[in-house]
Amino acid sequence: MSHKIMELVEKSSLKDDKPQFEIGDTVDVHTKILEGNKERIQVFSGVVIAMSGSGTREMFVVRRIVAGEGVERKFPVHSPKIEKIEVKRKSVVRRAKLYFLRQRSGKAVRLKERRM
Amino acid sequence: MTKGILGRKVGLTQIFQEDGTVVPVTVLEVGPCHVLQVKTVERDGYEAVQLGYLDKPRRLASRAQRGQVATISSKRSKVRAASGVEAVSKPNCEPKRFVREFRGSTDAEVGSQVTAAVLEGVTAVDVIGTSKGRGFAGVMKRHNFSGQRATHGVKKCHRHAGGTSMGTYPGRTLKGKKMAGHYGNARKTVRNLKVAKVDVENNLLLVKGAVPGPRGSFVIVRETNKVGPS
Repeated sequence: MSHKIMELVEKSSLKDDKPQFEIGDTVDVHTKILEGNKERIQVFSGVVIAMSGSGTREMFVVRRIVAGEGVERKFPVHSPKIEKIEVKRKSVVRRAKLYFLRQRSGKAVRLKERRM
Repeated sequence: MTKGILGRKVGLTQIFQEDGTVVPVTVLEVGPCHVLQVKTVERDGYEAVQLGYLDKPRRLASRAQRGQVATISSKRSKVRAASGVEAVSKPNCEPKRFVREFRGSTDAEVGSQVTAAVLEGVTAVDVIGTSKGRGFAGVMKRHNFSGQRATHGVKKCHRHAGGTSMGTYPGRTLKGKKMAGHYGNARKTVRNLKVAKVDVENNLLLVKGAVPGPRGSFVIVRETNKVGPS
């Protein structure tokens, strides 16, 4: 019974249309940021290297290379601050966490593309 | 009467606010409660309202508990009625599992229901529950003592308390010295928890932060008695 109540409570914080993407996808994450009191959209694009949690706590990590330096950002999937997530490219991956990409640089970072 | 209601802890989760901030919340199922009794200065010497939460099967309730919620005919009640003593009014509901009083005068009728609606407009609440029992616990767990070092000659005293008193004077251990002992399973009050949401339809209350006790344990919720800036 309690489980049902928790689902009910969490439902209000979940997005109706959960963005669909997978590990290894190259995505554009459109986030709303507040500048002064003007809101604008910032795009963070990179590879989804990890997902964790479930329900309102579901998170994903996006990694990209900025000026030769690896940058990772962790986003809550259901955050109202995330406007949309666009999948740019899908790739062939064989594990759930792509932490091995952290050790790689240059051309070795590339993942093999998965054609639909 | 202080705005209050009985309920139980459902669990912890987090919700998003509109600006994207995450609020860690405890979900409490509150009410509906029946008003079982209204205590008055004339009859009881103090004013209070007694609430009952969650039905208890009649077969599990004692005769006293059944008599608390409904009129039961007995030899004594007949004698009292014959001598002209007016019987107290009963709520005529099922026996309740969790019964508590809230002090103060009220205009609530015996038998009426109290729902989560009483907490609407309340910004902060106190939640009273029974903390998780931890059995006989040492000083490190119970009082956050530091213990002793892992090495450097410490022998078999790594989680001990150290000294408990002074020397020849006073020659005894002071009363109230923090020592190992039973920890938890005690009534605990957490004051001034911010109300995140009141859901009257589903009898739910979401408060920011943690509440004592395991999931499913009974809690008393009242409007906070904390005054001044929070």
